[in-house]
Amino acid sequence: MSEVNKQEDQLMVQIRNMNKWYGDFHVLKNVNLDVRRGEKIVICGPSGSGKSTMIRCINHLEEHQEGDIFVNGIEMASDIKKIDAIRKDVGMVFQHFNLFPHLTVLENCVLAPIWVKKVPRKEAEAVAMQYLERVKIPEQALKYPGQLSGGQQQRVAIARSLCMNPDVMLFDEPTSALDPEMIKEVLDVMIELANEGMTMLCVTHEMGFAKTVADRVIFMDGGQIIEENEPQEFFNNPQHERTQLFLSQILNH
Amino acid sequence: MINEQQPTLPAPASTIGLVGWLRTNLFNTPMNSIATIVMLYLCYLWLTPIFDWVFISADWAGTTRESCTSGGACWVFITQRIDQFMYGFYPADETWRLNVTFFAFVALIAWLIWPNLPKKGLVAAFTLLIFPFIAFVLLSGGYFGLEHVETHKWGGLSLTLVLAVVGIVAALPLGILLALGRRSEMPIVRAMSVAYIEIWRGVPLITVLFMASVMLPLFLPEDMHFDKLLRALIGITMFQTAYMAEVIRGGLQAIPKGQYEAADALGLGYWQKMVMIILPQALKLMIPGVVNTFIALFKDTSLVLIIGLFDLLAIVQAAQNDPKWIGYATEGYVFVAFVFWIFCFGMSRYSQHLEKMLHTGHGSRA
Repeated sequence: MSEVNKQEDQLMVQIRNMNKWYGDFHVLKNVNLDVRRGEKIVICGPSGSGKSTMIRCINHLEEHQEGDIFVNGIEMASDIKKIDAIRKDVGMVFQHFNLFPHLTVLENCVLAPIWVKKVPRKEAEAVAMQYLERVKIPEQALKYPGQLSGGQQQRVAIARSLCMNPDVMLFDEPTSALDPEMIKEVLDVMIELANEGMTMLCVTHEMGFAKTVADRVIFMDGGQIIEENEPQEFFNNPQHERTQLFLSQILNH
Repeated sequence: MINEQQPTLPAPASTIGLVGWLRTNLFNTPMNSIATIVMLYLCYLWLTPIFDWVFISADWAGTTRESCTSGGACWVFITQRIDQFMYGFYPADETWRLNVTFFAFVALIAWLIWPNLPKKGLVAAFTLLIFPFIAFVLLSGGYFGLEHVETHKWGGLSLTLVLAVVGIVAALPLGILLALGRRSEMPIVRAMSVAYIEIWRGVPLITVLFMASVMLPLFLPEDMHFDKLLRALIGITMFQTAYMAEVIRGGLQAIPKGQYEAADALGLGYWQKMVMIILPQALKLMIPGVVNTFIALFKDTSLVLIIGLFDLLAIVQAAQNDPKWIGYATEGYVFVAFVFWIFCFGMSRYSQHLEKMLHTGHGSRA
């Protein structure tokens, strides 16, 4: 295997010159991003900067118009088979959890493994219980999402994604909709996941989390990546004045 | 400063129980007290004669109009004609076939709605896929030594039920497909769904029935025979499907975008997403609208009288013209209204029960 291929092989997500428009509005401007296997990336930036849109392009919840995206070596195309293949490898956790309210916690977790990966129900349930234990709520397995607190729901959402055994996890502001006392329980689960070597792209404003687990922090504004650096440098020595402004706004309040 | 914990006290006696309810709702101000008393008096004035006509001075027993002498309702008219009102012109020796079909259907439905009975999926599949054929063979005959009964002999309540049940059972799945089509991302599917819905919704049902019974044969080759009842059934189904589709579309729109996205992100395909995630939630929200459409459909079946089918209303009206019973139209209409009401009210109550039962909490809705 050549040197180039080896390097490509290690890349979990590759975004090349990606552009996206909503109508006339240019939301993503020439975005380039490489994420290595096992890398943890935190993406921050003011609201409307395109950070959510960018990670939503990675599993095709949003469609980009120009540029290329490769996930786990598969090129994103509008071909439904490619999209399905990519979605099997990519887990996603949403700001508002998006659990299925008419299904129990356990059913939420086993649905996709059974129907998408054709895992036998018994096996899927065993795996789901294992993940529910890892997010520390196995006792809630038979409850409905509406009976759980926000923090518990978000942990179920993480377990639900993990049940598909993804290679990369996308987190779209996972703690923004939570009451303050519940943020920690969700972050603890995410930190544990990071320590186990999961590849993660995380849109968040939890700078403590960024400092603890991120390999790189990316700052976006106006639809482009303004600055990226390792957390130490990023927080102590931001280069761009917009990064400095942003950090001063979120850190000094 | 720290406050001591306050004890939990019972609510004042004047605000709870029957007395409390009366006080807060009917007698809370002098004006309301007067209004309550006036209304009670009006109810008394209005309801007592009705009650008297229907029950107290009504005649129940007898065989001819001579038995009706008391001045109240003459229910003898109904009891004497009840077979015809139920079965239409179906041969008297064969009415057991209608009864068997009806009670088998009731038993299947009871099985489906009774909580905690096993094998509901199997029973539902049987009811939807196999039972219609059994019912058709039983009702129409011509096989297994059963005498063939042509559909123009069908009538009365049994015809009304055939029209309503077929309409309801066909309109719901077709309506779901049409609603999904209208929200589809495929332009041709969407355009066709919109066209279908807007055309059928824009036409009165009477026009549809006339088209089906009078116009359609003109366009068909002469030797092609198309059963009149079948044409009415197709007309009603096509028409109600368009309404059903719009009710269902309303339910689909109420499901948050996040549910679609979560299903997509997990890799579920379109039909998996719709059948397992979106429709179960949407149908729950749609119960009032769907049942409303069912009830409207049930009552609209009486319009088939204008194309010469004798449903319950038509057959009672025909009986009123019988010289032996002239002058008892009121009893006939009250009876028809009561039968329709029983069925519609039953559907309405069951839908309320279903809504309560399916309320599993939507706290995570975002």
